[in-house]
Amino acid sequence: MIEVKNISKQFDNKQVLNNISILFEKGKTNLIIGQSGSGKTVLLKSIVGLHEIDSGKIFYDDIVFNELNFKDKKDMRKQIGMLFQGGALFDSSTVEENVMFPLDMFTEMSFEEKRERANECLKRVNIINANQLYPAEISGGMKKRVAIARAIALNPKYLFCDEPNSGLDPKTALVIDSLIKEITIEYNMTTIVNTHDMNSVMEIGDKVIFIADGTIWWEGTKDDIFDSDNSELNNFIFASKLSQKIKDLKNHH
Amino acid sequence: MNLLNHIGRYFILLTRVFSKPEKLKIYYKETIKEIDKLGINSIWIVVIISVFMGAVITIQTAYNTENPIYPKYLIGLTARDTLLLEFSSTIVALILAGKIGSNIASEIGTMRVTEQIDALEIMGVNSASYLILPKIIATVFFSPFLCILSMFIGIFGGWIAGVATGVMTSQDYIYGIQYAFIPYYIVYALIKSAVFSFLITSISAYHGYNSYGGSLEVGQSSTKAVVHSSISILLFNLVLTQLLLS
Repeated sequence: MIEVKNISKQFDNKQVLNNISILFEKGKTNLIIGQSGSGKTVLLKSIVGLHEIDSGKIFYDDIVFNELNFKDKKDMRKQIGMLFQGGALFDSSTVEENVMFPLDMFTEMSFEEKRERANECLKRVNIINANQLYPAEISGGMKKRVAIARAIALNPKYLFCDEPNSGLDPKTALVIDSLIKEITIEYNMTTIVNTHDMNSVMEIGDKVIFIADGTIWWEGTKDDIFDSDNSELNNFIFASKLSQKIKDLKNHH
Repeated sequence: MNLLNHIGRYFILLTRVFSKPEKLKIYYKETIKEIDKLGINSIWIVVIISVFMGAVITIQTAYNTENPIYPKYLIGLTARDTLLLEFSSTIVALILAGKIGSNIASEIGTMRVTEQIDALEIMGVNSASYLILPKIIATVFFSPFLCILSMFIGIFGGWIAGVATGVMTSQDYIYGIQYAFIPYYIVYALIKSAVFSFLITSISAYHGYNSYGGSLEVGQSSTKAVVHSSISILLFNLVLTQLLLS
């Protein structure tokens, strides 16, 4: 479980996060949605400690993460996996080396054991026969899957995904969404996903938090969205004609 | 104020760079890789620069000492001392600031803007130390070799140019490079070379590490890395010369 309590953050006198409190539940995919510039990425990066918050508290289970010192924070991060927008794979390493990296750094496994674990993770995300390829040689969808494999190599308790579907076609996006959902259940992780992809919301949104102007405007499940009377949320979710039609159809039934 | 801010942040980064490594074995492997990438790959440029530097110094000295009162061996002596005292350490460092400095700044800068550094931090890796320390160790360790290589090749280039153009005889040149030799000049050059390598690597890494935005900013960081490294080399050249030779 991750809980943020009254966190605020500003950059150059611009308030980006304003007194935000959320509970992210364990074993569920928690989605943060909102327009570009609404503060989603800053919130996610604040939770993982890449941004220092101005006030408030971030709890990882019983630990106040933002009050830990540098060393304890570093230790804590070994329990965190993160999938970045572009994958953030190391360009100079092969697919296999990328997945083996956290194992190299933080375990005393033998080379064979590390290789076996890396292959296990790669197999889990359906990457086969690509171990010796470099990130520049694989597609965007494969990069995301390799990044997921790297994120789960150390069996993390917490998984963060920043726009996992950006730049992917709808079919590949669906594959990534399903993977995130399956892995969350399989490893019983607390997963937080930043997205503005409505397909993702409908596919994996166990809990959905809508953010605008650095504050929470709405929260609920993916099924609650259709019944919500929050105009800001409706304007965002049902912005396209297609999604409006789907909503109308659902209401008719 | 901006300069002080940069100097402060540079030293804060250095404290992170020189903190205890997570796993020595990994750092050792990375250092070997960097020696190959930054050191071995610079041998050819050092050879080319040195041979031409030595040749030009010899020819220029010869044409400026045409008066018969100057002994011909003076050409060899001048070429040797110029290379040992200044060219093989400072000029080679300035050239390497362009090659190695831009390489380091753009590599680390690209890692920053593509979130690879964030990925390292999230994993609990001290990204500053992991990315920068092996580069510093590799260049500081390898640059004295490049400096010595430059001295030999430069002196050899001077001999070839001098004999080929007929401005002096081979015997005069060989006598000149042996005449009044002060071994301390080599120590002085090696110290300078190691200090300059540290400056090039750490300053370039600082600029790369603090790149934000996109490819344009990475390019700007790379340019700043070369300019600031070169200025620091010139400044420290003056300071070290005063400290070590006065």
